[in-house]
Amino acid sequence: MKNRKKKNVFPETRVTPSRFRNTIGKYTVRRNSRCISCGLCAKLCPYGVHQRYENFNKSLRPVEHKCIGFACRENDFFCIDRCPEQALTLSLNPILDTLGDYRWTDEMLIAHWEMAETGNLPAVDLEYSLGNSGGGFDKIRFKLTETESCSGPADEDIDMSVLLNKRSDGRPEKTISMPCYGGGMSFGSTALNVIVGRARAAKRLNTLTCTGEGGYPEEFVPYADHVITQVATGLFGVREKTIQYAPVVEFKYAQGAKPGLGGHLLGDKVTPRVAAMRETVVGNALFSPFPFHSVYSVEDHKKHVDWVKEINPRVLVSVKVSTPSDVDMVAVGSYYAGAHIVHIDGSYGGTGAAPDIAKKNIAMPIEYAIPKVHKFLTEEGVRDKVCLIASGGIRNGMDVVKAIALGADGVVIGTADLVALECVRCGNCESGRGCARGIATTDSELGEMITEEWAENRIVNMYLAWRKEWCMILRRFGMKSIRELVGRSDLLVHLDYLEESERIKYQPAPNIKLVI
Amino acid sequence: MPKKYQVPVKAAPPRFKPIGKYTTIEFREDCAGSCRKCVKKACIYNIFKDNYKHVAHMAEPEYLYACQSCFRCVQECTRGIFSRVINPEYRSLGDDYWQADVIHRTWYQAHTGKIPVSGAGYRGPFVGEGFDSMWTDMSEIVRPTRDGIHGREYINTGIELSRRNSRLSFSEDGSPVDGMPPVFEIPVPVMLRQPKFGVLSENVLQAAVRAAYFLGTMFFINPEYYSANLARFADCLVPCLSKHNYIDFLERAPGIRMMELSYDNESGKIISGLRALKTGLIISAGVPLNSEAASRAVELAECGADTIHFYADSRGRELDSENPRFIKEMIREVHLRLVGKLIRNRVNLVFSGGIAMAEHVAKAIICGADGVTIDIPLLIALECRLCYRCRDDKACPVKIGDINPDWGKQRIINLVGAWRNQLIEVMGAMGIREARRLRGEVGRSMWFEDLEKENFGPIFGEKKVSGLV
Repeated sequence: MKNRKKKNVFPETRVTPSRFRNTIGKYTVRRNSRCISCGLCAKLCPYGVHQRYENFNKSLRPVEHKCIGFACRENDFFCIDRCPEQALTLSLNPILDTLGDYRWTDEMLIAHWEMAETGNLPAVDLEYSLGNSGGGFDKIRFKLTETESCSGPADEDIDMSVLLNKRSDGRPEKTISMPCYGGGMSFGSTALNVIVGRARAAKRLNTLTCTGEGGYPEEFVPYADHVITQVATGLFGVREKTIQYAPVVEFKYAQGAKPGLGGHLLGDKVTPRVAAMRETVVGNALFSPFPFHSVYSVEDHKKHVDWVKEINPRVLVSVKVSTPSDVDMVAVGSYYAGAHIVHIDGSYGGTGAAPDIAKKNIAMPIEYAIPKVHKFLTEEGVRDKVCLIASGGIRNGMDVVKAIALGADGVVIGTADLVALECVRCGNCESGRGCARGIATTDSELGEMITEEWAENRIVNMYLAWRKEWCMILRRFGMKSIRELVGRSDLLVHLDYLEESERIKYQPAPNIKLVI
Repeated sequence: MPKKYQVPVKAAPPRFKPIGKYTTIEFREDCAGSCRKCVKKACIYNIFKDNYKHVAHMAEPEYLYACQSCFRCVQECTRGIFSRVINPEYRSLGDDYWQADVIHRTWYQAHTGKIPVSGAGYRGPFVGEGFDSMWTDMSEIVRPTRDGIHGREYINTGIELSRRNSRLSFSEDGSPVDGMPPVFEIPVPVMLRQPKFGVLSENVLQAAVRAAYFLGTMFFINPEYYSANLARFADCLVPCLSKHNYIDFLERAPGIRMMELSYDNESGKIISGLRALKTGLIISAGVPLNSEAASRAVELAECGADTIHFYADSRGRELDSENPRFIKEMIREVHLRLVGKLIRNRVNLVFSGGIAMAEHVAKAIICGADGVTIDIPLLIALECRLCYRCRDDKACPVKIGDINPDWGKQRIINLVGAWRNQLIEVMGAMGIREARRLRGEVGRSMWFEDLEKENFGPIFGEKKVSGLV
């Protein structure tokens, strides 16, 4: 009965266009001086490439990222052919060469910007589910089913919620309404409007976001039910009050981007407000040591967990660890120390600045760690008692469901949130004044490029688009809840493990050589 | 407190504008002219400060070394006149082993002495050939020191190049029977080697030799290039000699502490002879890294060589083979053969060829090397673009021959300093405090084939595709 009353209500989409006047799309549409401003193209195009305002007689520059490209030729509204003056030209955007990388391809970036704008999966032919990395998620596919029918429960009848507390220990049985929550981005590393925007999005989506280790700015208080307080090795900004605010406290032992290295906030980013929050000196670089200096065993760790549980009797405890070769032991140890959530962070992800050598080489990719931990927890007989969360290199909606099918209960998203805010993944989060796109910066000018509302809407939109993908997958396998998918690795195939005759039935892994 | 080894880095800016990855393309017929909102003036990295010109005066598109790829100018120009492409010169930079990106990062490290750092996660392929199919491990709670990031100076990157006795034996009165072999250490597991190509002018050699001397490491030199000017750096020189010229050379160059003898079937005899002649001399044997490398290693270790130096080709491949294996596998083979014969500890193994990035040093050591030598990265540190024009006696586009030796020395010091810091990062994460402990420690690494088998095998069954494809 309860379920019926509480339908899976999701927030509505609010269309939220780019902040920049020139958007980047897969195609470019150019209008030359032959244009006579007749307005035919604006009437024709159903995608809104050509816009025209009332009482304004001139043609505007085409909104290129909406253009569906050469596939449009079939349509009778193809503007290039229909233009009476032949003033329009269409081409592939040459800038794509310079955008994206092996993991986040140009098309994946552009598609996520579109999702964040509209809340829908893009109409343009973009490959947004597969990267070009040639391994891991990019080679894993869901099994083909006999019938690709669209029948089955409607989107709103599919349950995407995840139970965070499975211990039955008297603490709240908290659920989040979708199988993702936001990864830690600290006050200081990321613009305040961005992290507050993420918190607002978390509230609207009924999920969580995380403070990172930069303390708990007051702006978070209205969204306190949706903000995880992170306790990291530097203990910056951790106070009794902030533990009491939080529905979940996350212990960060290591992070996938720089496993075993601790953290480093450059002096430039330590503005007076950041310094006050972290109780440090303005302009001084801040190091988070590795590891916790008070934790050298599971017993020490339990002491930490008990301490937090004592301070806040309603809090759930999450333990975030990286993926060393013994990650399975670490996960089990965390469970026995009292964690509700075991969060494993794989090596290829991360949003923060980290040495390139660490991002590439240290610790194992999450694709290996999830089945490893899932299997071990199952063998130990505790899998049903713990919520396993994976992160690090989970880029898009399909990666999320693949991770869940491999054995995770849910995932944590960082980079994709930032891509929704028009991150181009240039990687210069730390240099100079910080992020040129106004995301990872505390610069007085750049840090104000984004408003809370804009960030909130874009992030919500992206998840709404993802949700559509998840629903399609669940319907395909006749499931009504994302929880049915957990650990169903029998529904997955890996291209390298298929016979040639089987493999050709699946979409091949993109294999494009990039100039890097 | 004992003095800690540190590499003092200092910015050494390039002499020529390095080849940039990007260039902006401007559709200038659309430009409004002297627009007051021109995005070139607004670049937050200020990269157009040198090449901002009124459009009417700009002749060529400009290659932007400093472009940080933020797309702000492309997206904000009021007329949308900007697009960007990859610089065609960048596309032709390097090859598929010495990739443009590797060259770029080497330039950056030689320029600044800093570790390359970036945000937003890893951006490369999932797995790759050679060293890219293994990962190093980390430890969740153990660290070599309890001082976190400030304890890094306690990590020792030093290695030995001198032989060791397997065991001590004593006479009845308790005195050791055999004399103890000398102990010869260097503070970094990276040695320098004279490149096989390039404009090897006096200035270039001076830069490399002085850098080696300053760093306390060794420089493997072709004896034909030895001159009296280098005599005061004899401490760090390792002449690569053959049986024909070693006697003459050792007489001509006093003060040499270590030499290398290129391998042939008489090497064992010569090494024994030299031992008697020059007791303190450290002798390395230079051996091609081919299918016989492992058996030669056993032979040389038994003859009492201090160090065995294996040469792969410039891309880290086995020599004299139609189907060459990569240096990673070759190191494993040589190392394990010696381990199997119980003589691994007597001798030191140094590998050369294909070591292009700091991570290769750590991974080579994990595979079983004691240290590595680098040659091409030295040239790249001096701004070499790997165009190989010098091989045809054509002029060097960056005039490497004319460098100031002090500038070149600082560039190489910066590079080795940055590499050493990265090695320390990796060792710190692994919880290993000594480079010598890292040797052959494959338990602190994860290999692609193993991870696939252990974690994907139970789910997906048997792998039908071999290799990395």
